[in-house]
Amino acid sequence: MSTLSTPYQLQPDRVRAEFLRLLPISLFVVAFGAAFGLAAVQTGLTPFQSSLMSVAVFAGASQFAVLDMWGPEIAILPMMAVVFAINSRHLLMGASLYPMLKQLPPLKRYGILLFLTDANWAVAAQDYQNGKRNLEVILGGGAVIWLAWLVGTLLGVYFGGLLDDPQRLGLDMVLGCFLLSMALGGKTSPRILVAWTVSGAAAMAAFWWLPPHTHVVVGALAGGAVGYFWLERDES
Amino acid sequence: MTIETTTTGILVVIVIMSLVTLATRWGGVYLMSYVRISPRIESFINTMASSVLIAIIVPMAFEGDLGARLALFTTAMMVVVLKKPLPAIAAGVAMAALTRMFW
Repeated sequence: MSTLSTPYQLQPDRVRAEFLRLLPISLFVVAFGAAFGLAAVQTGLTPFQSSLMSVAVFAGASQFAVLDMWGPEIAILPMMAVVFAINSRHLLMGASLYPMLKQLPPLKRYGILLFLTDANWAVAAQDYQNGKRNLEVILGGGAVIWLAWLVGTLLGVYFGGLLDDPQRLGLDMVLGCFLLSMALGGKTSPRILVAWTVSGAAAMAAFWWLPPHTHVVVGALAGGAVGYFWLERDES
Repeated sequence: MTIETTTTGILVVIVIMSLVTLATRWGGVYLMSYVRISPRIESFINTMASSVLIAIIVPMAFEGDLGARLALFTTAMMVVVLKKPLPAIAAGVAMAALTRMFW
């Protein structure tokens, strides 16, 4: 893996290509942004506040969760705990890109992480498993998803939900199917399959018996532990 | 400790949410800069990476309706057979819509 230790240069044309590559998936992000925008104004946020939240937070599940906690007053610590728990998977996602990210200067490294989200990370992680370094997708793919999330929020705020029932069309499954196709598109080995089994079992155990929103981190760490104790021969 | 949802209060809520989320986006990479990347650690983060996806998807399948399960199953089969993500995702989503039309 000697190619993986040379310095990393972000290529502007590849950033643009990754922007276009994630454009189709970001159309679905628009639909969910609209659902968020509608829910936000119905909760009592102004259009400006709703859009500001989407622009600044850019993490859909946690934004919906905070709307659920809305009232005349919001308890700060529980709100912070819920946002942190839902978004804690970012910690692991960022860490998994560290071997590539450390080759960028700190300003760029932490700059592109502003755009880190599930879909663009999944592409970068899959490419890395297949021996390709692709941080351009974090920036380019993240930018298109971020724009789609903002556009969707604005549409929802001003025009209501775009679709009466996105679930009927199966649109709630787009992200799940996307992430699954990324997982299965990477290299698999007996070690990976054992890690996935452990990860899935741990995630379900956490889902049923641990506090809410902890299952992703618990499952991922359990899967990672398999890798820690079981080294592939060509890696050692 | 609570915040009133006045104009200023809501801004404070948004700032707090942003900072907490930013800490998650930056924190993992920041902490890793203190870790020596041994082959064992590299194996850990590589295995963890795809395990994140599995840990998101498995509860989705368990807790989801029949449409959700068939969607994931269809996508999985299509990716394994075709090796192409886009048709696999489209087939999965179509399967969810179709299933929900009849159930």
